[in-house]
Amino acid sequence: MITRRNLLMTAAAAGAMSMTGRIAFAAGDTIKVGVLHSLSGTMAISETTLKDTVLMLIEAQNKKGGVLGKQLEAVVVDPASDWPLFAEKARELLTVDKVDVMFGCWTSVSRKSVLPVIEELNGLLFYPVQYEGEESSKNVFYTGAAPNQQAIPATDYFLKELGVQKFALLGTDYVYPRTTNNILEAYLKSKGIPAEDIFVNYTPFGQSDWSKIVADVKALGADGKKVGVISTINGDANIGFYKELAASGITADDIPVVAFSVGEEELSGLGAGDLKNLVGQLAAWNYFESADTPENKAFIEAWHSFIGNDKRTTNDPMEATYIGFNMWVNAVTAAGTTEVDKVAEAMIGQKFPNLTGSMAEMLPNHHLTKPVLIGEIKEDGQFDIISQTDPVPGDAWTDFLPESAVLTSDWKDLKCGMYNTETKTCVQLKSNY
Amino acid sequence: MRSLLLAFATSLALALPAAAQDAAPPVPVATVQTGLAAVIAQNAGAIAKPSRQTIAPVIAALGQAGAGAPDFLQAWADKKLGARKSDGAIFRVTKSADGYALADPATGADLGTAAKAEIAEIKPNAGVRGLIASALIQFQLSDPDPKTRLAALTALARDGAAEHLAPLAASIETEADPAIKAQKERLLGLLTIRFGATPEARVAAIEGFGADLGLDFRAALNPILATSRKVFNEAPSGNVALTLTPGKPGFSEAEAYDLLVTEGLAPKRLSSADLRAALESHIENNAVGGVPVTELADPGKREAAYAALEAAGKVPAGATDAEVSAAVAQTRFADIYAEPDPTVTDAAKAALDAVSLKVSAMQGADLTLDALSLASIYFLAAIGLAITFGVMRVINMAHGEFITMGAYTGYVVQQFISDYTISILVALPLAFAVTFAAGVAMERLVIRHLARRPLETLLATFGISIALQQLFKNIFGTQARPLTAPEWLDGAWVLNDIVSISYIRIAIFALALTFLGLFLVVMKRTRLGLEVRAVTQNPSMAASMGINPDRINMLTFGLGSGIAGIAGVAIGLFAKVTSELGADYIVQSFMTVVVGGVGNIWGTLAGASLVGGLQKGIEALNPSNTLAAQTYMILFIIIFIQFRPRGIIALKGRAAGD
Amino acid sequence: MTHGFLTKNPSVLIFLGLLALFTLTVTLLSNAYGVEVISTSMVKTLGKTLCLCLIALAMDLVWGYMGILSLGHFAFFGLGGYMIGMWLMVARTREIVLASATGLPMTPQELNDAIATQIFGVVGTSQMPAIWAFAGSLPAQLALVVLVPGLLALGFGWLAFRSRVTGVYLSILTQAMTLALALYLYQNDSGLRGNNGLSGLQNIPGLDWAGQDRLSVWFLWASALALGLGYLACAFTVSGKFGSVMRAIRDDEARVRFLGYPVEGYKLFVFTLTALIAAIAGALYYPQAGIINPAEIAPIASIYLAVWVAIGGRGRLWGAVIGAAFVSMVSTWFTGGRAPDLNLAIYTVKWVDWWQVLLGLSFVSVTLFAPKGLSGLVDLLAGLRPPQRRGAPLGPDDGALMEQEARQ
Repeated sequence: MITRRNLLMTAAAAGAMSMTGRIAFAAGDTIKVGVLHSLSGTMAISETTLKDTVLMLIEAQNKKGGVLGKQLEAVVVDPASDWPLFAEKARELLTVDKVDVMFGCWTSVSRKSVLPVIEELNGLLFYPVQYEGEESSKNVFYTGAAPNQQAIPATDYFLKELGVQKFALLGTDYVYPRTTNNILEAYLKSKGIPAEDIFVNYTPFGQSDWSKIVADVKALGADGKKVGVISTINGDANIGFYKELAASGITADDIPVVAFSVGEEELSGLGAGDLKNLVGQLAAWNYFESADTPENKAFIEAWHSFIGNDKRTTNDPMEATYIGFNMWVNAVTAAGTTEVDKVAEAMIGQKFPNLTGSMAEMLPNHHLTKPVLIGEIKEDGQFDIISQTDPVPGDAWTDFLPESAVLTSDWKDLKCGMYNTETKTCVQLKSNY
Repeated sequence: MRSLLLAFATSLALALPAAAQDAAPPVPVATVQTGLAAVIAQNAGAIAKPSRQTIAPVIAALGQAGAGAPDFLQAWADKKLGARKSDGAIFRVTKSADGYALADPATGADLGTAAKAEIAEIKPNAGVRGLIASALIQFQLSDPDPKTRLAALTALARDGAAEHLAPLAASIETEADPAIKAQKERLLGLLTIRFGATPEARVAAIEGFGADLGLDFRAALNPILATSRKVFNEAPSGNVALTLTPGKPGFSEAEAYDLLVTEGLAPKRLSSADLRAALESHIENNAVGGVPVTELADPGKREAAYAALEAAGKVPAGATDAEVSAAVAQTRFADIYAEPDPTVTDAAKAALDAVSLKVSAMQGADLTLDALSLASIYFLAAIGLAITFGVMRVINMAHGEFITMGAYTGYVVQQFISDYTISILVALPLAFAVTFAAGVAMERLVIRHLARRPLETLLATFGISIALQQLFKNIFGTQARPLTAPEWLDGAWVLNDIVSISYIRIAIFALALTFLGLFLVVMKRTRLGLEVRAVTQNPSMAASMGINPDRINMLTFGLGSGIAGIAGVAIGLFAKVTSELGADYIVQSFMTVVVGGVGNIWGTLAGASLVGGLQKGIEALNPSNTLAAQTYMILFIIIFIQFRPRGIIALKGRAAGD
Repeated sequence: MTHGFLTKNPSVLIFLGLLALFTLTVTLLSNAYGVEVISTSMVKTLGKTLCLCLIALAMDLVWGYMGILSLGHFAFFGLGGYMIGMWLMVARTREIVLASATGLPMTPQELNDAIATQIFGVVGTSQMPAIWAFAGSLPAQLALVVLVPGLLALGFGWLAFRSRVTGVYLSILTQAMTLALALYLYQNDSGLRGNNGLSGLQNIPGLDWAGQDRLSVWFLWASALALGLGYLACAFTVSGKFGSVMRAIRDDEARVRFLGYPVEGYKLFVFTLTALIAAIAGALYYPQAGIINPAEIAPIASIYLAVWVAIGGRGRLWGAVIGAAFVSMVSTWFTGGRAPDLNLAIYTVKWVDWWQVLLGLSFVSVTLFAPKGLSGLVDLLAGLRPPQRRGAPLGPDDGALMEQEARQ
């Protein structure tokens, strides 16, 4: 039974692939859209979904008559979760296939790998995943959340709504948790939480033995302060963590856990027996599948019919791709050309309704305004949205680290992604990578 | 004394709404209508969108609103309320097929139905639910249902406050259930430590606990001992915990001066950034204070330029080292307890000191349990590898994939058998059978043809490993799959608040012991074991004695693989089931075998204990970085091999071969 | 002597000739110096492949000729890359910092801090770790390219060979070494930017004017030169008496020891030499790849190295080169998403999903049926056939006559 379902899924995906192939061979003038998501390797599970999302959006746009009277043509490549390969494939897309825009990357490393190439060749990339900030490239539009659109509001929720006084910052050892935890540490200190009340731990990718760490977290309660866990644990390592948490009898009321990388997909790795012990634990995103709006309903329906499977979940990066793609279409239409500089100029100030009932706006720092949603895990693996803010403008450079606080990004007036507001100079035009 | 307490509690409760009136937007107005319905109606907006910071007065008002209030609060906390979108009226709602069944919020009377679109469900967050639970405590402490009483006690343990002291004390006498009574008495003690009216009562309460290991006891003591670092011009006043001398270890002069700066008692020292900024703002004719700008890359020249500016009075003077020392010497520093009464802090300190040794011992015990558990997992994962390596001198790189295969077998079984207990009982032998078959197939098709070429076998099995891993991905996807333990394995065995271990881990430990026993019986008591031992020691001689080494090799390989499959089910139960599950354990399994020494089950056991214990030990030394623990463990093993190249328990004599 | 060496080993000349021809062809077809048939990204791929061929040579030397199955040579490759990467990052960042400097000229300390903030800002610190002390100087860092991996190989080899760890044990131990190094580098605290690694390495400081089109060809030349020299060095090592001893150690270590040769010394020398070759290959590879991170030296990479050499045919230098070039190029093609799907009646085989399975199985069949790998094909064409040793062994030891062999 399992095999058959998988076969069906594979067949559906294969259908999508061959369709792309057909479009690719269609003669005539088209606008080429590069899709730079891993289709194999460790990141394939997350990124394949985004590749399908882009293909779905392109198909829908072509049905509406394309852009500027031309059909869109997807060029799909597979960087295979191999970071150097991302740079190579990006170069190939820009120089060999001569794409007008790229949608792609998931991990920060892959983005940092691609950055020098697209800045050198003046490409255009839409990056749809929540990330650690501290970057604003002329050639990249960040449609995922910056730390102040996910991490900081979630921490505020802990401080204000749950009254947490002692924090355990648990993360997988890579750049997103490292930077996010640095920002959060600085933020918590600015809110009067002393350094000894912040416990930080990093674990390797795919960590499975959590007994010691869960015991450590539990022992934090000896101070008589309310303990909360902020988790930037990545991917399937969460499953072992949540199982250990449940086994040790810790409920959301004792020690709340808010996760930034756990969505509907990750929870599907837990059975019903484990989920019931996690009810009430939190996740912070800018989108949940359970959002009750007509746009979201239409999006989910379109997704299910495109992928041919009613059980596939939608998630936050998919929404980010959706907003980014539609803004790009509008910007190209407004600019009347696909030339990168003109499109980038037209992108700033673009508005497009997001899937949770408010309006997303592209800011001069190439980040979006996004509402922050906090959800409690339900027994069915979905999230109960218990808090939703008004759209928050994304901040490329955090205000809570001294080196970054003086920096700002403005591609509209200042024409600089790393502008020092104290010395009033542009630190550099290209990005750090 | 009790009446005094009561009076205090009541006055506090009365003061709460009044105090909040000027702070909170939703203002509970004291009106002549005192009914619950009126209070709900007045605060409908706040009830529909509650925030922990502002909702307290509303909850207090509701709590005092009389009959029906506890039920209403409970419904609110259980997310069973809804607000009508048109006018914001609050109802109790029950979801039905096409909409909601409505009921009066105060009385619970039926009020008909409403369409789905008309009602917005009210979802108070966990913080608000905590406040509601706290408000409900007073109603629930003497509730006839023991479950409700227990719920109240849980809420009390989480958010106990001074006003709960009196009702709790009052409810103890009438409590019939001895377990609940004991819990109530414990909570009363804890509350008294924190909020007791007199120091004597609090000290008595602290002493009543003795050297209790409970986390809650320490949680009550530690806040009493919280200190803050203060600056004094004369002798320190207040409840002094420690007088500090600048310059002594633990309190440097720089720290002391920084404290003075933050208190606003001394000017800041000049940082290099300030220096630079000051110089930059005084550039005249490409020079600062007479020093040309181009020379200012030299820190010494910068100091000189600043001194020149200082002399000219253009910049403020920075604090010099001598001034810093003088300022620090003039001042007294001390850590002061927030708690004013010294008898209480002394008692708390004594109690904590008495507990702390016990706590450390218990932490050691917990760590040992963790290490044992990890060792048993490594043992299970490595035992199959050890068997094949010991008997055939073959390293099976696909061993990890056999572990994964076992875990996926468990997952597939759970898709067909929904009862978790039965499914695990089916999955274990099935996983053994599946991986046994896979192992036998691999031995016959590949390994047999590479006899006596161990390095090539290693590579060929690696080829199988990558093929299998990708095959799993193609079949099951890269997303983790659920493998759920039966309910009776939920939870943990808890000795006290420090020492506990989950039942799944205990079960895995038992499984590992079982296999150790099974293995010993097979090897020492059966014909097969005898033949296996013979082949291990000398295949040619065994063959001369009428043993078929090929058959023995095949069976051993199958046996080793089968145990890997069972290990897969066990690991899947407490971690995740992905195609990389086995690969995560394979290196540790190799380490276990190599460290332990081949050809001897006790060696594998010793290897697993060493690897597991070492990993947990290093983790405990460096709790913030689990990755470092793994690195150092591997380094240790590389060095260990230098001293015992054949492992802890090495075969001796001719059997060792070479 | 060299003359004699070359006449005795005609394959060296053939190899060098083919390599030169290849380099010339690619140059003439490139964007920068030719008719723009081969894209810059392809030139980079070819250049990187040459570096992989170089490390495959090293692997062949240590495994094919010496019998040490090292599953850790990518650790040296990666370390070489890290060492050159540190200089590239610091030098590039220094240019950026100096270009944007205003106000007072910077003190050395300020310059250092500014560079550190730029490099380590992404991982949340702004301190220059101590291991970056020499990163500002190209000669020092170039020396470290060979020194660090060389010393690691020397230390590890000395410990391992001295205690007579051999065979499978040694393989596992080398694997443990590379895993430990990868885990260490994954930590942010190690000071090499953790999982993020070093990136933007393709921008060579001071050569911005050249552009990637030309740089890619220059690196191709450099890689080809390194491969040519490496091939010469390896061929020289394996020919003559030294090479005979190496092969003897591979075939029976104990006998060589009893003949009085210092087996451990030989092993240590070859192990360290190959580590140095691997490090140089890495130092050339990563400026072309653009980014290095700890995933590059995970154990799996070194195992793939063994796969390349085995498929190409070990015990022959050109076999290893063919293997590395063939497998890595085919692998790139299959995983690139550009290989056409294979449409079976009931199931469409997407190569992105199935390539690994194919690779694994073909690897098993190569070990089983064609131990000489691809280079066996050349033997077949040349009419060389191994003796048919079939049937049951006549004696108890390895290498005893087989029944059919005896009958012939």
